[in-house]
Amino acid sequence: MTFEIFTFSFMHRAIISGIAIAILCSVVGLFLVLRRYSLFGDAIAHSSFGGIALGLMAGIYPLWTAYGVSIVSALIMTRIKDKFNISGDASIAVLLSSGIAVGLVIIGLSGGFTLDIFSFLFGSILLVSVNDTILILSLTGIILIVILLLYRQLLYSTFNEEQAKVSGVPVEKINYLIVFMAGITVVTSIQLVGVLLISALFVIPNVTAIMYGRGFKQTAIISMSFSIFSVVAGILVSYIFDITPAGTIVLIAIGIFACTMGIKSAGLLSRHH
Amino acid sequence: MLKVVEIDHLTIQYPDVKAIDDVSFTVNQGDFLGIIGPNGAGKSTLFASMLSLNTKYKGTIKFFGTDIRKSRNYLKEIGYVPQKPIFEKNFPATVNDVVKMGLQKESDENKIDEILQQLWIHELSKKRIGELSGGQQQRVFIAKALVNNPKVLILDEPVTGIDQQSIDLFYSILKELNSKQNITIIWSSHDLDAVNKLANHVACLNRTLFFHGESDDFFSNDDLVKQYSEASMQEHMHHH
Repeated sequence: MTFEIFTFSFMHRAIISGIAIAILCSVVGLFLVLRRYSLFGDAIAHSSFGGIALGLMAGIYPLWTAYGVSIVSALIMTRIKDKFNISGDASIAVLLSSGIAVGLVIIGLSGGFTLDIFSFLFGSILLVSVNDTILILSLTGIILIVILLLYRQLLYSTFNEEQAKVSGVPVEKINYLIVFMAGITVVTSIQLVGVLLISALFVIPNVTAIMYGRGFKQTAIISMSFSIFSVVAGILVSYIFDITPAGTIVLIAIGIFACTMGIKSAGLLSRHH
Repeated sequence: MLKVVEIDHLTIQYPDVKAIDDVSFTVNQGDFLGIIGPNGAGKSTLFASMLSLNTKYKGTIKFFGTDIRKSRNYLKEIGYVPQKPIFEKNFPATVNDVVKMGLQKESDENKIDEILQQLWIHELSKKRIGELSGGQQQRVFIAKALVNNPKVLILDEPVTGIDQQSIDLFYSILKELNSKQNITIIWSSHDLDAVNKLANHVACLNRTLFFHGESDDFFSNDDLVKQYSEASMQEHMHHH
């Protein structure tokens, strides 16, 4: 029974997509966490809920409308935040609640479509199609290439905006790029963990990895490893025990985080004391 | 003599007060300019404009003969060390990562080792930046500023909160950069003794510029030094 699951093609797709999403979320998430923007992924995910409802109502594939709505609203919110000097956490709250509000109103207007909405709220990784898998792999590839090409600018503007500006880094453009990439990453990851648990994948492997890594690349690699392990183990364990994959993935990630804190408190990662 | 910086009738108006009031001066290549003035005199505001971080000013600022409003290319020739670099304490970046951020061309990686050795922080290169002492961190930020072979180094009160031993080392490094590599240095400080020892030019700023010239002319003129000290003292009392 245990090895049989590796023969199912839906399981291959789930694991391949899961690994891609795990890598994507941990890399993009590391920049967000270090910019004290940990909940931004959550806000985009909630705004995508409005997009999903819109797609379901209009009869368009909901993930397409979700991409559109979440990226546009995240960029607009970033612009408003900069222009009117609204703090980061308040702008996240505005974005988050407006997405849910729009979604709820649309659902109400269309008389409800609860079944579909559930798979977006909590993920449905075992249901990803071949096309979904190709899309997930392509977007992951594109975003990773962009990050590699602009690595110095992304890292520098995350480390210290003012100094990056003085060194000629186009900090504002880089900020919008990060928001744009976060939008794509969140909507792509909805199929894995759903709208409600996205920020777990953005944040938990990264806060764990920061406790281990010294340099940036090392931290990113550790974070990716934790993230991949959580996702793959989560998919397998949830299938074997017939429980929800999204919840299992996140609980495994939290388990690794808790163990790390335990190791740290025991003084085994002493350089941080 | 090549003019590196020309500041002409610079005025910066804040809503309630003029932060900089009609300031003009020139810095030539190879100058070691100490800008002195009390807290709130406008030193950081002046630097922010010179670095294009603040563009709301009247007057003109030229670097290497070009108005900085027209092109920001001059920034490639500048190394900047801020008063106290702000970064997340747990930021996962090693000393090597931080210095590399300043590197404009990836190909120059050997330069990093060279600079780290020059600043005596080579053995720290694999440590996380947040684990270092204030003095060590400041040297890392100087290394980052120097890694592009800048023509001009701009330092905003760079020794705030640093131990005396690190300060002495830091000053001897500055002196060497200026005398041996002919790097123009623009440095703000409120340590008159240090300015007297290091700088060859002095600018006294307290919203307006009330002295600019050779440092010997300033320090040999008791009236000027007294005037500066009194202004500084008044400002000090005003702040407390």
